[in-house]
Amino acid sequence: MTEQVKVLTSRWDDARAHELDRYMELDGYASLDAAFAKAPEDLVQLVKDSGLRGRGGAGFPTGMKWGFLAKGTGKPTYLVVNADESEPGTFKDMELLERDPHALVEGVIVSAYAIGCRTAFIYLRGECGWAGRRLQAAIDAAYERGLLGRDVKGSGFDLDVVLHRGAGAYICGEETALLSSLEGQRGQPKLRPPFPAVEGLYRAPTTVNNVETIATVPWIVTKGVDWFRSMGSDKSPGPKLFSVSGDVRNPGNFEFPLGVPAREVIMGAAGGMLEDKALKAWTPGGSSTPMLTGDHLDAPMDFEGIQAAGSLLGTAAVIVMSEDVCIVNACLNFTEFYAHESCGKCAPCREGTDWMRKILVRLETGQGREDDMDTLKDICDAIFGRSFCALGDGATSPIVSALQFFRDEFSEHVSGGGCPFPGTRVAVGAH
Amino acid sequence: MPLSEQSLAHAEELVARYPQRRSALLPILFLLQAEDGYVSPAGVAQVADLLGLTRAEVGAVATFYTMFRRRPVGKYLVSVCKTLSCQLRGSREIAEALTERLGVPLGGTDQSGMVTVEEVECLAACDGAPVVQVNTENYERLSSQEALQLVEALLRDEVPPPTFAADGSVTEPSTAALHWRLAGLGEPPEQLTAGEGDR
Repeated sequence: MTEQVKVLTSRWDDARAHELDRYMELDGYASLDAAFAKAPEDLVQLVKDSGLRGRGGAGFPTGMKWGFLAKGTGKPTYLVVNADESEPGTFKDMELLERDPHALVEGVIVSAYAIGCRTAFIYLRGECGWAGRRLQAAIDAAYERGLLGRDVKGSGFDLDVVLHRGAGAYICGEETALLSSLEGQRGQPKLRPPFPAVEGLYRAPTTVNNVETIATVPWIVTKGVDWFRSMGSDKSPGPKLFSVSGDVRNPGNFEFPLGVPAREVIMGAAGGMLEDKALKAWTPGGSSTPMLTGDHLDAPMDFEGIQAAGSLLGTAAVIVMSEDVCIVNACLNFTEFYAHESCGKCAPCREGTDWMRKILVRLETGQGREDDMDTLKDICDAIFGRSFCALGDGATSPIVSALQFFRDEFSEHVSGGGCPFPGTRVAVGAH
Repeated sequence: MPLSEQSLAHAEELVARYPQRRSALLPILFLLQAEDGYVSPAGVAQVADLLGLTRAEVGAVATFYTMFRRRPVGKYLVSVCKTLSCQLRGSREIAEALTERLGVPLGGTDQSGMVTVEEVECLAACDGAPVVQVNTENYERLSSQEALQLVEALLRDEVPPPTFAADGSVTEPSTAALHWRLAGLGEPPEQLTAGEGDR
């Protein structure tokens, strides 16, 4: 059995951890003195040595990303925190901000110091009211206490932090779309290269990092690389938040070392299947990662382990589906999401997601055709790798994986004249 | 003009936060919504002049994001999450019950102008499925019956406490106050928190 750990979640049970004084009593902001005692480039090296990988879905090594930031450009360097958490099934960053908002502020200070940033932006979803008020209050309190602004804690380092609210667009979680949005434009992705590390916000060197990633940095500074690497595997070290939802008894966020077997997350921490139903399918990292089945429960939940099982760790957002769930309906639900959230910039994603939606609707409503499954697969092939950004690829994941594991169920929708599951329904409308 | 003199001063305060003026566009559109109830054509024109943009540029941005509204919205915005984890726990039934009660399609506002109901995509609170929000504050694990009771209270201009009220979660008293908050201007002024039903 893998024990749950208390690192990022260590203050979540304290009802006053969001208050600055209480946060400090709980060793908050302890990493600042340690960080300011080091040269910035040594901090970047420390994060590189820790092996910390981005917690926003892609798993790119954070220290390496920082190392790519262009130097000597004569322009400012920007840190932008991606708090636009919107991947279906993912709810870790919002709980972190609700329970322990100073953890992000502390991470921003240390990270900004490491990369030479004087103005940091936090791009937070517009739809999450509580997280927004908590984070703004934490930023305000940090300013009042001299932890932000001029001469942070007497270090000579100046840092301003601007909280910027999104306005409802999943695509803004994609880093170049996020930067476009922050510049006051439509949130549409941009061609890379140039990468944000060279030409990002206002065409200046920029790093975009996830909330959980930045909140992890102070722990590495305080407790060191060996401690961090004592959790997880060589390539995927450290603690990680896992969001579990769907047909389980005890949905929630759970913190484990990376590499914990999926079974222990789903059947252990999350309490196992609701009403003891059989597990049919689960996503390891949100709707954009291929579904897996009950045969994959021993897969270690780290970047390599889930890839070996045929999927991706993504945001480690586990959506659990029981035997009662119609897989065609689940695909339709996800596809409605992608069709709605496609930014419209490139044709494969914009057109493809809507065609897939239409085909799934007709399968669900008894208008399906024998060749619909092949057509779905064809559309997925036309989207995957041919879209401007990862949203298109993600949209194909549920369908390709569902066809791989549950093709017979699609066929039953054709031969049986519609959905064989009682109570599953097609959208009320509007989208 | 949709933005008053006072709001224009607030807009300049927002502009000053960013290295480039245009970055204040999203916050200013929220401010416009706080004052005018929605992003009106006149508001688009005024914001364009303010930031040195064309109306087309501002309109293109305003229509891209779901939280910018082109029609007036009720005092209370009820958002029902429709994504899978919530659908598995009955969100579609909730949306149906609420639209039927209010006598409007999704996205519609009831006759009194008090409540707007919509379906939205994943709200990042899937452990609380099904999730319903009032002015972006969460009401979690509601049955259709409980969701109906919530809306009945809102129709009476009463705001029941959100799920995490004991932990400090507070529901914004009006969409105008919510949009002010989203603009990043801190505590909403009192006249916005009162908010008329028809704004």
